[in-house]
Amino acid sequence: MSRRARLVVFAIGGVALAIVFGFAFARMPHFGATHHPYRDLSVAFAVLRQSANAVSAVNFDQRGFDTLGEETILLASVLGAVILLRPSDSERARTPKDTGPVLSLTRLVGYVLLPVTLIIGADVVAHGQLTPGGGFQGGVVLATGLHLLYITGSYQALRRLRPLAWYEYGEAIGMGAVVVLGVSGLIAGAGFLANVLPLGTMGQLYSSGTVGVFSVAVGAEVASGVVVLLAQFLEQDIAITQGKNE
Amino acid sequence: MSWYPYCVAGWLVLAGIFGVVRSRDLIHTVICVSIAQSGTYVLLLSIGYQSGASAPIFGSSTPPSAPVVDPVVQAMALTDIVVSATVTALLLALVVQVAKRHGTIVPDELRALRG
Repeated sequence: MSRRARLVVFAIGGVALAIVFGFAFARMPHFGATHHPYRDLSVAFAVLRQSANAVSAVNFDQRGFDTLGEETILLASVLGAVILLRPSDSERARTPKDTGPVLSLTRLVGYVLLPVTLIIGADVVAHGQLTPGGGFQGGVVLATGLHLLYITGSYQALRRLRPLAWYEYGEAIGMGAVVVLGVSGLIAGAGFLANVLPLGTMGQLYSSGTVGVFSVAVGAEVASGVVVLLAQFLEQDIAITQGKNE
Repeated sequence: MSWYPYCVAGWLVLAGIFGVVRSRDLIHTVICVSIAQSGTYVLLLSIGYQSGASAPIFGSSTPPSAPVVDPVVQAMALTDIVVSATVTALLLALVVQVAKRHGTIVPDELRALRG
């Protein structure tokens, strides 16, 4: 299809879609209105379960089964990227040399911020039931924080701190822990991923039952998954070169 | 003004698809897909918004009886973002493979299927 024909097809489809959007938006509740039936039910339930963070309560308690599905999507896509980015027959992995000179200020900021970022990431994961955050957000902070080592110019140091096999185990353990949590709900007779732990008091570190445990398990999976994923792209760019294996 | 955020969401989806249609570079295509998807974040969050309400995190400043915005759509936006990130990663991995096998990432130069 020529570019012109493609644009014509898009113009027809785009205008039709815009009209459909227009009809849908005209019948939607006004922006900023006070009528939110799902909000009312969900918040009441979160308060009942002593969960200060209603978003985490939705993710890790009310919609726990969907979050299991979401984790599976993450696992599957990391697996897919690992398969797509593995070295082919005509390529070989070499040991990369450290990159060229890096500004000492960049290096300093990288080394100073590395522990800070890791602590913030762990904090966001561990307080998922109390403050904004949770396993997904904290996991990404942890994984990207680790890559500050790459910014400091030391790919070798990043590799040493990142034995990839461990992160692959971490991802599997995070995923497995959620399934174990779900099955323990079944064993307790309440249903898969039901909130069976004692609920505690809202606002305390231990509160809202399984929400915190679920959040930490998701945090482990997301952090490990993102590390494995980024490692594939970094290896592709830095360590893999054309040429047959000797 | 009350439909303005919804229109922004619709515009983002259409602009993203338009970018995909007239793309001359597969990396650009992947970015346009995530722009189209970011329209859904705007839509979800604007559906859950309530004027003057605070975030659905309870504490000393927000008692459980205070008006808050809808946490259900916020949780869905989070799911959406995770899915978008993973899809982007997979698509970029595919682009790397296309670049290796065909030596180009211009969509119009990819004519034949290759096994």
